[in-house]
Formats: sequence, C-alpha cells, structure tokens
Amino acid sequence: MTVPVDELRLDGNAAAGLLDQIFAFEVTSAAATCDGCGKISAVGALMLYARAMGAVLRCPACAQVMIVVTAPRGSWCIDLRGVRIMQIAATA
Amino acid sequence: MATRGFSPKRSGGPPGRVPPGQHVVTDFPVLSAGPTPRSQLATWTFTLEDEQSHELHRWSWQELLALPSTEFTVDIHCVTTWTKLGTRWKGVSFDQLMRAAGREPPAPYVMAFCDGGYTTNLPVADLRGERAIVAYEYDGAPLTPEHGFPARLLVPHLYFWKSAKWVRGLRFMPVDHPGFWETHGYHMYGDPWREQRYDGD
Amino acid sequence: MMATKVTDAATAQRLPTLPRIPWREVEILEIVTETERVRSLVLRVPDWPGHVAGQHVDVRLTAEDGYRAERSYSIASPPERAEVVLTVERVEDGEVSPYLAGEARPGDRFELRGPIGSYFTWSASLPGPLQLVAGGSGIVPLMAMLRHRAQHCHRVPARLLFSSRSLDSIIYRPELERLVSEDAELDVVHTLTREVPPGWSGPQRRVDVDMLRDHAVPRHQRPHIYICGPTPFVESVADAFLTLGNDPAAIRTERFGPTGGKG
Repeated sequence: MTVPVDELRLDGNAAAGLLDQIFAFEVTSAAATCDGCGKISAVGALMLYARAMGAVLRCPACAQVMIVVTAPRGSWCIDLRGVRIMQIAATA
Repeated sequence: MATRGFSPKRSGGPPGRVPPGQHVVTDFPVLSAGPTPRSQLATWTFTLEDEQSHELHRWSWQELLALPSTEFTVDIHCVTTWTKLGTRWKGVSFDQLMRAAGREPPAPYVMAFCDGGYTTNLPVADLRGERAIVAYEYDGAPLTPEHGFPARLLVPHLYFWKSAKWVRGLRFMPVDHPGFWETHGYHMYGDPWREQRYDGD
Repeated sequence: MMATKVTDAATAQRLPTLPRIPWREVEILEIVTETERVRSLVLRVPDWPGHVAGQHVDVRLTAEDGYRAERSYSIASPPERAEVVLTVERVEDGEVSPYLAGEARPGDRFELRGPIGSYFTWSASLPGPLQLVAGGSGIVPLMAMLRHRAQHCHRVPARLLFSSRSLDSIIYRPELERLVSEDAELDVVHTLTREVPPGWSGPQRRVDVDMLRDHAVPRHQRPHIYICGPTPFVESVADAFLTLGNDPAAIRTERFGPTGGKG
C-alpha cells in the first residue's frame, strides 16, 4: 500500500464523550447513512478529525462530512446535514 | 479544584506577545478537519474568483513561485489555545497577487477555498498592507503535507483557523459569509487580542 | 376534536437512553508499575455505574491557575471489578501522561467522566471466536476484554496478537502468561519490533499479512476482530485482515492517533 497513513484520523468512538452529552442514546452504535454515497456506518466507525475544535465526522467510504459538533461558548452546535438517516436499535 | 502536582509545562511568554487565554508551545501542533490532501504540482493552480465563481486570474505553481516573494517572522495563535512565537514563512503577499493580477479587489470580503473542501472567510482589509501571504515555505523549507503543502494562506494577526491549509484560491464576496468553522459557531472575524473565539464573543 | 393517534411503534419500544455522565472526583488507591514507562492507576470512583469492556473515560486535570487538560484513556479493568483501573503510558513531552504515569501518588484526586463509547466493546455473551490485535498501549481495552472473558465459565475461543518494541516493554506480560496457562481456549502470540532477547523464537517484525495467516483466527471461522494501537498500526493491520478476505463489518478499530501522539 503506498497511500500515506492519515495519522490525524481517529475513530468516531473517540468523540463519544462529546456526542454522549448531546444525544440521549448511545450514538456511537447508531447506524448513519451517508448523504453523499449511501454507505451505512456505525457512528463509532466514522472518521474523526479536529477533536480539539469539536468533532468532524466523515464517511469512511467517501470522506464526506457527516456530522460536525462544536461547543461555542454557552451552546452546542450540531450539524447532521451529511447524515441522511440515523438508525438506533430499540432496547429490549 | 486543582489537581495536586499537576503543573503543565506551559509558559506565559514575553509580556505583550501572548494574547489572552493562550499559552506558548515549542512544537507545532497539527489540526485538520479532514484527510490530508495530496496535491499534484503539475496541475495545481491558485485562482482569484468573483462571487459567481468566474475566474479573474489564475497562477500555476511555477507562476506563483516566480512572483516577488515576502518573508516574515510572526507569532501564530490557534483557537485551541496554543501560541507559537517567531515562526518564519515565505510566500507571495495578497498585495503582490493583486498587483500581478492587475486589478483592485472587486469586493470587500473573500472566501478562501482549499483542496479537501475547507473554507474560511476574511475581510479584504485584513489581507492588504502586507498582512497576509500565500505561504509555500515554513522555516526555510517547503510546507509538509500535514502543514498545508503546497501552499497555505497565512494571516497571522487572526486565529490560525483563518490561515487555510491547502489553499487553492480566494472568491471575492460583497457580503461576509461564514466559512467552515464560522458556520459551526466560531467567530466570523477571529481577533486573538479580543479573544474572539466563538460567535458572539 | 379528534385525538391524534401517535405512531404505535414509537410508544411501544424504548430508546437505549444514556444516563447523563457527570464529571466525578476520583481517588488513586494504588499505583502499579507495569513497565518502565507504563503504570496502572487503581481508582475509587464514587457512584460508578459500571462499564462494558472496551469503553474509555475522559480524565481532566486542573492546574493551580485554572488551566485544564483533558485526555481519554481506555479502562483496563473488567466490569466485574469494583475499582476502575486505567493503564497509562508516559508520552515524551506529553501533558497529562507525565502526571498520571509519573508524578501521581496514592491519595491524589482528579476528575473523570465515563464510561464512554459503545462501539469498541465486547462482552462475554457475544459469540466468538475473538481475535484481538494490539500495538503497544493499544493492549489496554483488549486486556479489559480478556480479563472480563476470564471471569466467565463458558468462554469463546480467543487469540491475541500483541506487537511490542521489546520484551521488557510488553505490558501485562506476567498476567497474560497466567491467563494462557489457565485457559486452553486462549492463545497469545507476541511479536517484537525493535529488540529481541537471545533465544527468542517468536515473530520479530511488524504485524503483516503472513503473520495473520500464521497466527490469527482464520477467516472462515468468522472471528470478531478488534484492533487497537497507534493509527499507522491499526491501518496496516486492518488492511491486512481485508487482504485475507475478512468481512469489514467484523473488524472494529480504535486508533490512538499518531505514534507518540500528544499525551
């Protein structure tokens, strides 16, 4: 493989501490459909960048931005534009 | 409630050099909103566009390097609170680009756009007066991929998210519109001396 | 006015809601030296809700002037243990790890939030076989899984492939030896990448396709694969599993960031 390793990329699971404060459910196991290419990934498996500024979660297949979360002073700012559908399994 | 024995090695820096809420680092942290773009210099261009995305002027890599260059040594301030003093850059100033294009800026704002899709907005007034360059060297060597190779915008008097990596051009806008981080709650202008990190600061 | 009928499905089933996860002040009960650069912290966490193996916590340190630094650490202890144990590697020029794996002493307190993350988890009720691959300190969440597995009588077959720089840098080595000696269904293979002791008969290189072919659970047995460590390590091991034809959906990864990244 000659593709250089993207050392800055983490897994979406590493943003769980931030995301769990916003969503009422375990979002890292939710299945998110990419609005760009249609691939369905667990949020925990998305590509995570820029954790120091918030979280930018991208589709692992096409790199489209799916979720952006930031915490500007006094609020949460959530962008789910890149997620067409998010599906959460009901609990027993 | 302080943690006993925790005293991070951060320094306050020389008086007057470090904006509020910042601390000085000696390394050069890297932050990116996406995968590192891999550019082909043979097809790389830097473009000035009007608000309809019509091209006003373009330079190839060789043409950019042939323009008179500027070198400066500046302090840089990241909104994530690190500040790095005395960083040395070389590139082509915005003023020089406009001279080479033979025109005045057609609008008071720009959106910088980049490989990988990143954008950030700036007032033209903050690019003029030799305050901003399209940088292609850091510390005497070409930029590395994670630091923006082949070229990044450098606007050191604003928070460093405005110094867009992998920059490919500037689109002039009559009205200020938010770029990537600005859309997500970061400040439209970003003056570190007034601690303008977030919208509303 | 007619009553509006609410969708039956939405009222009939339950969302797996999360309890709010607050910052808690925790106390260090004991510090265990694992290797020269790695220490485990045994913590008393008040009102700890319990966790699943593979989850992590956020740790927050506050300096005298109010400056705060936060990092995430995988939980090393199994859910069956009352104390929460973190294993921390001291990173050169790190900010938080020199404190946790250096300065900290029993009795010290800091803040912790967790448990966090539901994606990179494993519990003994899941089917096997289990294939774990660790690079350096990537062993921590996988060790929580193995410790949890050891608490159960009915154990799925499990294999660990563990890459370390040298024999002395292998984290948890004595305990892994003990777990293997007590369990016919557990295999551990160590590969060393920098320094090899005399007489070493194990692999001595980075994990690659051939090593997986020789030592990992074969694809046709449909293993559940967990890979953890520095980002370049995780990428190359995941690619190697894909090259061998493993189902991408069966592979879970936890990238720790760049090698020697900011700790």
